[in-house]
Amino acid sequence: MASTPLTYLNHQHSVASWLLTKDHKRIGLMYLAVVTLAFFLGGLFATVIRLELATPAGDLLSNDDYNKMFTMHGVAMVFFVLIPAVPAILGNFVLPLMLGAKDVAFPKLNLLSWYIFVIGFLFTVYAMVTGGVDTGWTFYTPYSSRASNSNVMMTGLGVFITGFSSILTGLNFMVTIHRMRAPGLTWFRLPLFVWAVYATSLVQILGTPVIAITVLALAIERFFRFGIFDAALGGDPVLFQHMFWFYSHPAVYIMILPPMGAISEVIACFSRKTIFGYSFVAFSSLAIAIFGFLVWAHHMFVSGISVYSALVFSFLTYAVAIPSAVKTFNWTATMYKGAIWLKAPMIWAIAFLALFLIGGLTGLITAALGVDVHIHDTYFVVAHFHFIMVGGAVMGFFAGLHFWWPKITGRMYSEIWAKVAAIIVLAGFNLTFGPQFILGYLGMPRRYHVYPDEFQVLNVLSSAGASILAVGYLLVGIYLTVSLFKGERAGANPWHATGLEWTTQSPPLPHNFEVQPIVTHDAYEYASREITVD
Amino acid sequence: MGSGFSLFPEQASTIASRVDNLFLFIVAVTAFFAVLVSVLVIWFAAKYHTEDPLAVGESIHGSIPLELAWSIIPFLISIVIFAWAADVYFDLQRPPDQALEIYATAKRWMWKFQHLDGQNEINELHVPAGRPVKVTFTSEDVLHSMFFPSFRVKADAIPGRYSTVWFTATKLGEYHLFCAEYCGTKHSGMIGKVVVMEPAEYQAWLAGGLGAGSLSQRGEQLFSDLACNTCHRSDDSGRGPSLVNKFGAPQELANGTSVAVNEAYIRESILTPQAKLVAGYQPLMPTFQGLLSEESVMALVEYVKSLRTTSGGEPRSAAEPGVTPPATPQKK
Repeated sequence: MASTPLTYLNHQHSVASWLLTKDHKRIGLMYLAVVTLAFFLGGLFATVIRLELATPAGDLLSNDDYNKMFTMHGVAMVFFVLIPAVPAILGNFVLPLMLGAKDVAFPKLNLLSWYIFVIGFLFTVYAMVTGGVDTGWTFYTPYSSRASNSNVMMTGLGVFITGFSSILTGLNFMVTIHRMRAPGLTWFRLPLFVWAVYATSLVQILGTPVIAITVLALAIERFFRFGIFDAALGGDPVLFQHMFWFYSHPAVYIMILPPMGAISEVIACFSRKTIFGYSFVAFSSLAIAIFGFLVWAHHMFVSGISVYSALVFSFLTYAVAIPSAVKTFNWTATMYKGAIWLKAPMIWAIAFLALFLIGGLTGLITAALGVDVHIHDTYFVVAHFHFIMVGGAVMGFFAGLHFWWPKITGRMYSEIWAKVAAIIVLAGFNLTFGPQFILGYLGMPRRYHVYPDEFQVLNVLSSAGASILAVGYLLVGIYLTVSLFKGERAGANPWHATGLEWTTQSPPLPHNFEVQPIVTHDAYEYASREITVD
Repeated sequence: MGSGFSLFPEQASTIASRVDNLFLFIVAVTAFFAVLVSVLVIWFAAKYHTEDPLAVGESIHGSIPLELAWSIIPFLISIVIFAWAADVYFDLQRPPDQALEIYATAKRWMWKFQHLDGQNEINELHVPAGRPVKVTFTSEDVLHSMFFPSFRVKADAIPGRYSTVWFTATKLGEYHLFCAEYCGTKHSGMIGKVVVMEPAEYQAWLAGGLGAGSLSQRGEQLFSDLACNTCHRSDDSGRGPSLVNKFGAPQELANGTSVAVNEAYIRESILTPQAKLVAGYQPLMPTFQGLLSEESVMALVEYVKSLRTTSGGEPRSAAEPGVTPPATPQKK
């Protein structure tokens, strides 16, 4: 082997070779760059919010600036971090490798999706720097269509544009999974990450157009005073909530399904076992994707929907919780009688399990009609969805990122720092959001700039936790960056993992494989194969 | 309104303990599963831990009985939670017939309450202990949400619609009123308090703050000022239907369907009269959309509700011992 083998990273160097690349791996990295920037922005807004909330009085920001902070935190994190993070970064990078394919089905479309994403992001950033937006990331009418004087439509345009990137990526991945599987790679030999990405694509394709329509309707009302949502113009404010959540609830599954897929990979690999109940885990992803479309009005139990529709939506919400429970039990059972190798990705995966467990189970509390009336729009809900979207989605993303980092970069990061960071993030996260459950049940409403004195102790705890959390995230940024220059060479398969992505060199060749792989085994045949050290 | 640090909210209404019991039950059930899974994960990680990257686990592919067990058991537990929570929700959404009625409007950034006797208050609500209170409210601008954490009740204030919350306060004192739905600049300043008083004290408070007549008297004044009474007469001789004894009864409509006459229907009929036209009448009534404040509409609604012949045993006047009929203006 030559000292510097040809890889997708070193075969071309010019800026144009990145900006015009059709290589799914490079596109994945370009998403990583933009998402990291958005995560930094969103994190900055969160820092300001937690600083302000350390005292009951509004002493750091004006009311309007505070309102802009939590709005822009939500917009940056939801639309530009959580939704693209795992599908667009890890999905782009590993999906074709897992399938034994040279690339995605439509490489040019893939590049176009990135540009659309960036254009949407730029519009949103422009809206933020030229005055910001203060509607809350939920854009509820008639506040957003009538009352707000901030950059609602510029932000809406950013979200609208970005949605097309999500739709096209979903479409691309779905076709790729159907058409580009290696010979012998039957549906039930697919890694579970692929099943998760498939289910996610379904949601992206079917759900995202609805948010586009919703934003468009909002624009029509705001510009032309055409009564759609504003009661004063003859519209219905609650209609907006139905339309918004018809996308935005399934969007939670766009955020959480792919990390769940990554967790299945990591747990199987580091337990040295096949996943327990493969087909149940696979189909639970599809069940979540489909039932996820039928629960949107559980965000609206106090919004004036009928008692009977509330009953239906509460019931369906309990139904959609079951596939998530099934996954959790199967992951746990996978570890039983495994040979558990506690490397950094596994530590991140266990941290994911701990936080996702709390996030999921508190969902059973918010879905309970009689209790939700009290906790709706309080910090209880804030804590719950952060446990799912950060504790679940972001931890799952980090588990996947640590798992595939050697493949992506060809380098190993500091194992010890990665474990330390996982524990710091886990501790910081619990300290940030744990007290918010108590605050919420006490009755502290969300989006409050100023709050009664008796809530201060818990808010200070939460802000303290946030600073620990920030240290944890910064640490990840530092040791991963250091690894790029000083990390040990990884070799093709540092984790001795199954899966086609580990059969090619690290970093992979420009076109992934030297010869077309042929698959003769199920995924995760750890127990029955000879593990080879390269 | 507790000023000290606490971990659990005060229970100051009859429904509060029911909500809390349900909440604590779900917390207990979910904590059990959280601990179960956590213990198993940590136990497996410790017991089967290996430093040898070449070690492999046992070849176990799954178990149908286990899959069924951990699908069906959580589902059955969910059904129990669902049904219990639905039962509490039904009670939260259904005010009792004998409730003391109060009207409110939300606008950025204040709550205005109107008592039937005519008293108005802003960001403060005085209520008697031990008696069901029903607040009917709407918003004049954007969404708001009326939230009494110590009572465990909340409902959004929605422009163009009436919402209600009801509660029976059980403990004297002052408790928070929050706006829970984001409404712009001073959202976190749109707060107030509810003052729970002994019934006798409440009566004294009502007597002390009398304004320009009761809410229904104000409605009656509006009814003649707006010339509603030229068409809506006490008998059926007018161009519009008589409004006497209409409230609470079903009403046949021109399109063949029927509608229950409640506050929302009266409001709609004032603002958009053609939307649900009463059978047998011409669409002659002008719209009052944009011409009346929500407070005036509420006064008119209350007036229409008060139009009843006193003889027939209507539910609203069937007073329980010690409970004053809310429709009757004299409460002393």
